[in-house]
Amino acid sequence: MANPSEAGPGLEERPPASDDEPVTEEIRQIVKDHGRLSVDPSTLAPEADLYQAGMTSHASVNVMLALEDHFDVEFPDRMLTRSVFESISSIEAAISELAPTPAQ
Amino acid sequence: MSISVDRDQAFLDGIRHVADEVASAHATSVDYEARFPAETIAALREERALSAALPTELGGGGVSFEAIAAGCFELGRRCGSSAMVFAMHQIKVITLARHLDDAPWFCDYLSSVCEEQRLVASVTSEIGTGGDMGRSIAAITPAQDGSVSFEKQAPTISYGAHADDLFVTLRRAPDSEQSDQVVAIATSGQFELEPAGTWDPLGMRGTCSPGFVLRASIAPEQVLPAPFSTVMGESIVPVTHILWSHLWLGIATDAFDRARAFVRASARAKPGETPPAALRLSHVMSDLSLLRAEVSSALSEFERANREPGRESLTTMASALRFNNLKIAASEQAPRVCQGALGVCGIMGFKNDTPYSVGRHLRDTMSACLMIANERIHSTNANLLLIAKDV
Repeated sequence: MANPSEAGPGLEERPPASDDEPVTEEIRQIVKDHGRLSVDPSTLAPEADLYQAGMTSHASVNVMLALEDHFDVEFPDRMLTRSVFESISSIEAAISELAPTPAQ
Repeated sequence: MSISVDRDQAFLDGIRHVADEVASAHATSVDYEARFPAETIAALREERALSAALPTELGGGGVSFEAIAAGCFELGRRCGSSAMVFAMHQIKVITLARHLDDAPWFCDYLSSVCEEQRLVASVTSEIGTGGDMGRSIAAITPAQDGSVSFEKQAPTISYGAHADDLFVTLRRAPDSEQSDQVVAIATSGQFELEPAGTWDPLGMRGTCSPGFVLRASIAPEQVLPAPFSTVMGESIVPVTHILWSHLWLGIATDAFDRARAFVRASARAKPGETPPAALRLSHVMSDLSLLRAEVSSALSEFERANREPGRESLTTMASALRFNNLKIAASEQAPRVCQGALGVCGIMGFKNDTPYSVGRHLRDTMSACLMIANERIHSTNANLLLIAKDV
């Protein structure tokens, strides 16, 4: 579903966690504050399944609300599916689709 | 096209025959004695109705979902408990068939359901999860011999003691989160059910749904590979609410029919006068039409979403809200119609042994708001409404 070009060049060769893009860091922080995971999100790989890490559907709604507020976007209904919010990287793809340059 | 229409027609003719000749004849004793509707289920097996919804390649009847829903309605008109057993079985086998993904064990299993007309019960609720089907405590636990085992405390298993096989929701592994679930099938001989509690309820008495402690040992390939969240969103939620609401509509329709027969008999007794109950009947009819409209529009919306490639709209929040609302609306409206019918028939409806008795209808439909409690569904919806837009 995600457009491959939006994953950005160099995604694969990037070292993990600590050198994340600013947007990824912001998403991680929101997941940490609202996702109620049983593990620290900073230890998760970008592709790790957040639901398997303990995020309930109830908590995922709070993550969505916080993402909308922080990035000043509105997720349309077609994006409000479990798969869009199942990992840090899928959330990042959704954010970049809605707000191509969120950092500026 | 015409083949499937013919199949649907033949299936529905068979179901109507079972409903009118068998379910109807035993409905009173099933209710009084709170016993399993064994005669109806045996007759449905004769009709090969337990595999009607499964694809013909597996040996099933290849009947449309719409026809299965109509079958729940027809059985509901004659015996609510029989209809509920039929519906719950269909929900499980339809769900497995929709998420088969060519998993060899499950293909073979569904073939055996067709061949042997095996009856499948479900073990989804669990003590300690507060009625939330999206969480499990019991976990798939690997054993040293390569099998997996589990023990689940079930507050209720409908017709558990009469089913061949069980459809069980579980945590994926002993260290998994409660929300990380899978579906597993345990077949007869692989499980034991220790009764926990009695069964003497207000309605739906023939479903025989006491609590049990379930202990099972199965092969690892008996765990459905498809992701549980997809299985839940695309199938379990909409299919359950659509089939349940069809049978509730069936019960309410029979209550209305009895009230109409009562009014007609009163009118015949005093020709030239409109009996006072006729006005009440008109009120009941508007309640029934609302129920009918909600049930039929939900079915059409599901069919439309189902035809889309990837069935993606079934995984949206708008879809979850849609089918949750069907459940809430139908479960509240069906007993309202039955109570209205009771108001029309008066004491003749209140007595249990007249042609106008609607007590069983009222009691059976009063179970609807408890089957996945409406307040739980409202709280799920309230949360989804915080973010969903076009609902």
